[in-house]
Amino acid sequence: MVNTSTPLKAEAKNLNFYYSNGHLALKSVSMPIYENKITALIGPSGCGKSTFLRCFNRMHDLYPGNKYDGQIVMHPDNTNILADGVDPIEVRMRISMVFQKPNPFPKTIFENVAYGLRVRDEKNNRVVADKVEEALKGASLWNEVKDRLNDLAFNLSGGQQQRLCIARALATDPEIMLFDEPTSALDPIATANIEELMNELRGKLTILVVTHNMQQAARISDYTAYMYLGEMMEYGDTDTIFTRPVRKETEDYITGKFG
Amino acid sequence: MLNNITELAISPRLAKNIRRNVKERVIELILMLAALSAVFTTFAIVAILLYESFGFFETVSLIDFFTDTQWTPLFEDAHYGIMPLIAGTLTTSLVALAVAMPVGTIAAIYLSEFASHKTREITKPILELLVGVPTIAFGYFALLFVTPLLQIIYPDLPGFNMLSAGLVMGVMIVPYIASVAEDAMRAVPMSMREGSYAMGATRFQTALRVVTPAATSGIVAAYILAISRAVGETMVVAVAAGQQPNLTFDPTEGAATITAYIVQVAMGDLPHASIGYQSIFAAGLVLFVMTLAFNIIGYVVRKKFREQY
Repeated sequence: MVNTSTPLKAEAKNLNFYYSNGHLALKSVSMPIYENKITALIGPSGCGKSTFLRCFNRMHDLYPGNKYDGQIVMHPDNTNILADGVDPIEVRMRISMVFQKPNPFPKTIFENVAYGLRVRDEKNNRVVADKVEEALKGASLWNEVKDRLNDLAFNLSGGQQQRLCIARALATDPEIMLFDEPTSALDPIATANIEELMNELRGKLTILVVTHNMQQAARISDYTAYMYLGEMMEYGDTDTIFTRPVRKETEDYITGKFG
Repeated sequence: MLNNITELAISPRLAKNIRRNVKERVIELILMLAALSAVFTTFAIVAILLYESFGFFETVSLIDFFTDTQWTPLFEDAHYGIMPLIAGTLTTSLVALAVAMPVGTIAAIYLSEFASHKTREITKPILELLVGVPTIAFGYFALLFVTPLLQIIYPDLPGFNMLSAGLVMGVMIVPYIASVAEDAMRAVPMSMREGSYAMGATRFQTALRVVTPAATSGIVAAYILAISRAVGETMVVAVAAGQQPNLTFDPTEGAATITAYIVQVAMGDLPHASIGYQSIFAAGLVLFVMTLAFNIIGYVVRKKFREQY
């Protein structure tokens, strides 16, 4: 069922995750993430898809008491990024993230996009300016903001703020980009813009996207995983999942009988 | 259809309920009176300050008040120059703020961004306990402990000096800044911190580059509170900085502040409506205007940097 000619970028192996209150949020989840493809995670609220996504950039480390068990192997390093000896900051330098609600910093548009470079101590202003322009173009925002790069980012509309956050994540040339329901706080037009943008990134970047919106998963992704109650119910290429799901539960969710 | 709208009689079940309306109005009035009491008190204080100062300025010209370099209202040879008192107030306040602003801000960053939940739960109440220590205790701490300590370093330091008073006052103000600034930092939404961490930022980078700018308005509020506190502080300076008006900005000298003068004169028995009595109100008015000015600056700055997340 799964294409084997595309190289693997990462792979979750028997991943369990415990929140600090002892709740087991992921139960032995295994799935491949193919290089330069878009993989969508769907499932009802509370199924663990966001929890799973946030394992990839070790976001759970910010809160004491959370515990990983299992592996996420990242290639080409062939390293388990959840291992104790791995520095979460190094992981985040290579795997960036776009959040559910746009979360620009209280800085100018330019400095928001430059943030990743600044924390990496990039001193060459020429390099920073080039990268910022490239990232803003990559996020289809350049034409709208090129004349007001020194405006505060809060003055942008919600959809623009989200594209700014995408530009910020792009500016550091990540290997994998995580999207946590990137359009759930946006109106339909802004959503269409973001989807178009993700389509443009397809083939250039490995993307893992959590979405509530099944049509969105169908429109933008190459592979889809259906999760339920912390378990991976079904994984396959998007066409198969949406037209000939193997499991009854997947079909019920996709057809809207449940969810 | 639209053209033949006729006035309809109002059904009693939908008519305005007079009893309910009256009750609402009475409650509104009581609440408004409670709110007004604070406003009224403020205006009454300002009115009395102005009234008594008016009598003072009938005797002393404003020019003398601001240009004379001596303040000796109770002497035979009376001079009414407020500048020595303002200089004393500013010097002690600046010394205090030089201590309190950096230490308070760093403490707030530590408590909000670095301390574990447990550490914060223990440290913050202790820090806030400092607020409850009577300021007279801080005054004698400065006079009897800090000044002798400073005299080891500067043997020429007089027993009453603004340095010791300012330093202790600074320590006293640290909890104010730490507490208010920490609240402002903790109010910064977690999603903004996550955004920073997700870019590979360290805790320190996140605290300094994202959380602190996002909390600017609250941090400025903390500073303004601290300035007002320092300018208005009485007991520490009255006890430790001496009560000699002295036109100097050198913290190693002793000098009276506006508040120290007021407390000194108010303790003696002055005849009502005498110039000495009125000088208290003139000094008080200057203090009021200074604090008001800082508060207005603070208000403007806060509006400029108000949170937008």
